[in-house]
Amino acid sequence: MKETPLSNCERRFLLRAIEEKKRLDGRQTYDYRNIKISFGTDYGCCIVELGKTRVLGQVSCELVSPKLNRATEGILFFNLELSQMAAPAFEPGRQSDLLVKLNRLLERCLRNSKCIDTESLCVVAGEKVWQIRVDLHLLNHDGNIIDAASIAAIVALCHFRRPDVSVQGDEVTLYTLEERDPVPLSIHHMPICVSFAFFQQGTYLLVDPNEREERVMDGLLVIAMNKHREICTIQSSGGIMLLKDQVLRCSKIAGVKVAEITELIQKALENDQKVRKEGGKFGFAESIANQRITAFRMEKAPVDTSDVEEKAEEIISEAEPPSEVVSKPVLWTPGTAQIGEGIENSWGDLEDSEKEDEDEGGSDEAIILDSIKMDTGEVSNIGSQDAPIVLSDSEEEEMIILEPDKNPKKIRTQTISATQVKAPSKKPVKKRKKKRAAN
Amino acid sequence: MAAAAAVVAESLAGYRARAARAVLEQVVLPGEELLLPEQEDGEGPGGTGERPLRLNAGARSRGRVVCGPGLRRCGDRLLVTKCGRLRHKEPGSGSGGGVYWVDSQQKRYVPVKGDHVIGIVTAKSGDIFKVDVGGSEPASLSYLAFEGATKRNRPNVQVGDLIYGQFVVANKDMEPEMVCIDSCGRACGMGVIGQDGLLFKVTLGLIRRLLAPDCEILQEVGKLYPLEIVFGMNGRIWVKAKTIQQTLILANILEACEHMTADQRKQIFSRLAES
Repeated sequence: MKETPLSNCERRFLLRAIEEKKRLDGRQTYDYRNIKISFGTDYGCCIVELGKTRVLGQVSCELVSPKLNRATEGILFFNLELSQMAAPAFEPGRQSDLLVKLNRLLERCLRNSKCIDTESLCVVAGEKVWQIRVDLHLLNHDGNIIDAASIAAIVALCHFRRPDVSVQGDEVTLYTLEERDPVPLSIHHMPICVSFAFFQQGTYLLVDPNEREERVMDGLLVIAMNKHREICTIQSSGGIMLLKDQVLRCSKIAGVKVAEITELIQKALENDQKVRKEGGKFGFAESIANQRITAFRMEKAPVDTSDVEEKAEEIISEAEPPSEVVSKPVLWTPGTAQIGEGIENSWGDLEDSEKEDEDEGGSDEAIILDSIKMDTGEVSNIGSQDAPIVLSDSEEEEMIILEPDKNPKKIRTQTISATQVKAPSKKPVKKRKKKRAAN
Repeated sequence: MAAAAAVVAESLAGYRARAARAVLEQVVLPGEELLLPEQEDGEGPGGTGERPLRLNAGARSRGRVVCGPGLRRCGDRLLVTKCGRLRHKEPGSGSGGGVYWVDSQQKRYVPVKGDHVIGIVTAKSGDIFKVDVGGSEPASLSYLAFEGATKRNRPNVQVGDLIYGQFVVANKDMEPEMVCIDSCGRACGMGVIGQDGLLFKVTLGLIRRLLAPDCEILQEVGKLYPLEIVFGMNGRIWVKAKTIQQTLILANILEACEHMTADQRKQIFSRLAES
């Protein structure tokens, strides 16, 4: 299947965004995507995720006779596969240019840098040596395959354990995993590839390009480096002219990135080893985040705190005023006495209740929409913060002027004493009031 | 004969078949068989008494039921072929069973006649354009299928341009065909999409959600920035705002809407509105 073509508008947008130092996924120029390393249950099996790009690495070993010219050296073999699962455009069983280029680069990065001690892989000189085979499978393609593949390869090699072998005279014994603990490979250093994409003939540079950025880039520079800042491989493709300064700057950035990634790899390896030692659960299945939609767990409910203040004010302004208090104790029957009405605690601050009185007065005057009422409430709140007593006094006067007969007010006290003091039960009450006022 | 076969099929499926009405808005799985409403009454445990009546299937008045995506007819039942939530739409007028379909989460688009999609022009050959719509093969688009296009007056379409169009032919095993005009020859918003803006892909489920008439996401997005947006049923969204930054924000929000609950979304929108 053909790959989805890149439209002109995407291309233009990407280039303009790069000019403005912006990337589609919100990264900065020198940011890597998230790297996640997980190990399988077997030794030498790992999955490296670089954002959405995923590479599976699997190391295997075999006893073979060595090459004639290198009788005492083990054999390293690398193979990267681009399956159709990664992207529909990859054709199975065909060596595309990209695949050849990537395989070549991987070999140069890992074999030619002599990061693995091949002499330690020799069992009997000239007769039996270990052949270490590293198979890398691209599971999903979202750009920067080489970085993910190089990390996966070195992680898988570090994680791998080969069966122990002993030589007594001319008798070679191969021990199974149960008989003797398998031995790790001896690894001198960890070369890691870092890719730089260049745009507009090298004017702009991005680290770790994703798939769409790779499509619009002019050139690519890959630097393989270890944490001692030794360059293992450097390759420029795409036919752009780079200045000496640019290459030097890239190598500096690569040094920083490689140090970070190496630390991450070591941490991941240590974690896995610890879990294995303690007999905990390990493997791919365990490393998958438990985010099934069928999982029985309580979701943390997000709390929206953006407009809490306004809401609180709204609630306060809409709440019923406390009923009038009878300060005299009432004697119902001998032996019992009552103070107040027994509906609401009237110990709240007086200022608030006054304010609400004003609001109520306002709604008695005319038919006012809720939003407007809220506004007036806020205004009076703001005013009351500055000079509470003066403002409330003046409004009360107003109210008295507008209500020559105290009829509505009486109704209100009646309805309040009849109904429970709750904010929701207020609305019908108010409507009734309005009707009376209109009459 | 056919009726007898239907009875056999029923007995084979046993009582596992559920009524379509009962599982509306619930998850159904491939292989499941669903009963249509008019079969339900006869299908109960004590429904054998009605069998003789039902044998005369041809004479029975039955509403026309349309199987949408994810469903297939199997005898006189519905066979589920996709995993997802079962949906139903009441018929607009007259009698009928309405439309049943399964809302599944998938990314691969299959052309459907009448769908409005965003395509990318991949080739110009003679008097047709080849347009990539994300389906299994490219669609063809005649240069005469634009508003006001004649043999002399050709539309200005370049390779790599974005096209918003509608399928007029979309059959299995056949090359789909697009047009950018409606039956009256009007563009109706279709045609070549401008050179700016960003195209990105989301799942087909999200597109359907966004295109629902009462979609909250779109209203909320519209409050953020002034924007131009085109949704293609093939999972492509083209969006353009005033600046690159705003366009990027909008694209990322719409992509993220896929996995957000309404509360989370509101929170993010209010946070964005503040900044």
